Amino acid sequence: MGAGAIAGASILNSCSSGAESTGEKIKLLTATGELVEVDPTQIKKVRKEKLSELQERGREGLAGHHWTMVIDLSKCKNARKCMEACQGAHELLPYQHHINVLQMQDSKATAPYYMPKPCFHCDNPPCTKVCPVNATFKRQDGIVLIDNERCIGCRFCVAACPYSARIFQWFQPDYTEEEKSRIYDIELNVPQKKGTISKCLFSADRLRKGELPYCVSACPNGVYWFGDKMEDAVTNGTSKETRKFSELIKENAGYTYFEDLGTKPQVYYLPPKNRTFEYEPVDKFLDKDKYPEDRS
Amino acid sequence: MSAPSNSTAKTGRKSFEQIREDLIGTNLNNTFWNQVWIRFLIVLIVLGTVAYGHQLVTGLGVTAMRDYSSWGLYIASFVFWVAVSLVGSLISAILKLLNQNWSTPLSRIAELIALGAITMAAASIVIDMGRPDRVLNIPLHGRIQSPIVWDFFVVNTYLVISIILLYLPMIPDIAILRDRMTEAPKWQRKLYQVLSLGWQGTKEQWRLLKKSIRIMIILILPVAFSIHTVTSWLFAVNSRTGWHSTIFGPYFVAGAFVAGSAAVIIAMYVFRKRQKLQDYLTDYHFDMMNKLLVLTLLLYLYFNINEYLVPGYTWQRLDGAHLQELLLGHEAPLFWSTQIFGMILPIILLLFKKMRKPLPSLIIALFVLAGAWVKRFIIVVPTQFHPQFPIQNVPEHFTHYIPTYTELAVTMATLAGALLIITMLVRIFPVIPIWEEAHDRGIHKIFEAEK
Repeated sequence: MGAGAIAGASILNSCSSGAESTGEKIKLLTATGELVEVDPTQIKKVRKEKLSELQERGREGLAGHHWTMVIDLSKCKNARKCMEACQGAHELLPYQHHINVLQMQDSKATAPYYMPKPCFHCDNPPCTKVCPVNATFKRQDGIVLIDNERCIGCRFCVAACPYSARIFQWFQPDYTEEEKSRIYDIELNVPQKKGTISKCLFSADRLRKGELPYCVSACPNGVYWFGDKMEDAVTNGTSKETRKFSELIKENAGYTYFEDLGTKPQVYYLPPKNRTFEYEPVDKFLDKDKYPEDRS
Repeated sequence: MSAPSNSTAKTGRKSFEQIREDLIGTNLNNTFWNQVWIRFLIVLIVLGTVAYGHQLVTGLGVTAMRDYSSWGLYIASFVFWVAVSLVGSLISAILKLLNQNWSTPLSRIAELIALGAITMAAASIVIDMGRPDRVLNIPLHGRIQSPIVWDFFVVNTYLVISIILLYLPMIPDIAILRDRMTEAPKWQRKLYQVLSLGWQGTKEQWRLLKKSIRIMIILILPVAFSIHTVTSWLFAVNSRTGWHSTIFGPYFVAGAFVAGSAAVIIAMYVFRKRQKLQDYLTDYHFDMMNKLLVLTLLLYLYFNINEYLVPGYTWQRLDGAHLQELLLGHEAPLFWSTQIFGMILPIILLLFKKMRKPLPSLIIALFVLAGAWVKRFIIVVPTQFHPQFPIQNVPEHFTHYIPTYTELAVTMATLAGALLIITMLVRIFPVIPIWEEAHDRGIHKIFEAEK
């Protein structure tokens, strides 16, 4: 055995933190398809993405974008596929909403309509202003995110949000130990954590992959347009048609909610006009008996 | 020790020795009822701690708070405690700076209440947190833009100043105890020894003491006003109907003086009875305190009229819905009983001299203080049920809020905690400042000691 091999072995030994080689080898397939033999003491698990890295890039956001959503109220038939997809992705209970389809009627003389209501990702968000620990923040691409590893659960942001966009985890979410120990993904806000805030994230995890948000792609009725103000383009989640954002808003008299509050919402609405379907009211509250666990 | 006579006011000339023996008062401690009282408070605290443990394990869901009423009894209590704590500065600082010497025997009572209350205010805010284990994130990641950060620092500052303002004027009294309480348990004598800081009553010591007290009573004023103004901003900075009001700061400060004055009157009555202090907490003191209470109540009434009449006049969409609930709807019984029994009736009753006697004023003060607590609840809770968008697709009980037993137990424990702090402190320290009392009675002997 040469001196080099001895030196190499000693380095290997020092790496394996003192574990002794048994002479036993196991066969493994490499990523390129080669079969190799390795000493079992030398096997190290592939490093997972670190929490801090996810949080860092989550806080930074996607450069060069300014995400925006357009919701066409004339199309919404209350299918609630958006709510289902959202609650599935973010592991929410039936009464926890990142997006909530409301039944609205502005006055007695006007027609009722359905209104999907996500977080408006305001450009002047009242919620991030009041956060004492910077657990909720606005990123460069316009998304208002939360870091539930940082949140102290004071719920000041809930009080500050004029749009009731925020929910709180009042109980420990029903997870197995394994589910609970997953690495926290700040752009999905999963796993949800007891005693912290959750809210709509514009599906930041999907945007990173170049996909449309969960709710937008789940809609069967062409209600949602999603896109980038920087490109002045929005894509319909159902028809996949892409249009100029500014034109769509101008042609349809698009608006945002409570502009007088100065919050500058980034979710636009097209008025509920020319609807060709029946409005069918449904129960405004969930069946109480379904949630006995929610009342102690 | 001769029992103090029932003579009124400060007519009977008492010698310094008499005053000292009357006021040391700590020999009354191990009575049967005192033991019962302390055990009762401890039981309440234990119950509350168990309830809080349940909350820690299960989550804040054990309370009745939900997404649309995400602040409830705990935050209302927090505001209440901050309010009560302000009386320390009202009596020890404001009245002192205005040369209102009648308030001298009340200053320590006020400071004790302030200390108990501010401690429980700090506790209440931690109790309300979803993640109390991360409380250090506030200093670690604190954002100066957030009123909670302001509150965090100002509550802690006020706590420190309250302790100093309680302690400083007590140093000569502790020296008296050190010299007189020779039969006290060893730990207690040791405590007096340490806390009296070697006080000998030299001219230089008196000069330094008076100067430091003067500095502290001036310093506490801006902190006191800040603490309650900032607390009011926790609500006022949110664009919500019923909260987003420019007068919330002074409105809260005025309400705080009401709550604190009522608390002092109650404490005066209790201490006077228990320690037979009729010669020191006289009818005259009750009369003056009640006049002060009326003054603060009138100021508070003025702010109430502003706060409800102006939005009530325009009756905008959400203001209207909110006021409808308060004045005529669900919350009306609570609202009107608070306003009438906690504010309007006390103002009228206290105009009569007979009502400013100790017993009637105790009863009135109890109503005022209870009203003050309910009023915080009325300010905090109902407004949250009038968000801009309707509350839908949640269980119906999300649209109202009735505190659970867990919440009540935890809240009662904070009350017991404040009372226990006060009780334990008056066990070892005189509740009326001995040297200040002697000073006000024209006895200058103790101030002339030469070294």
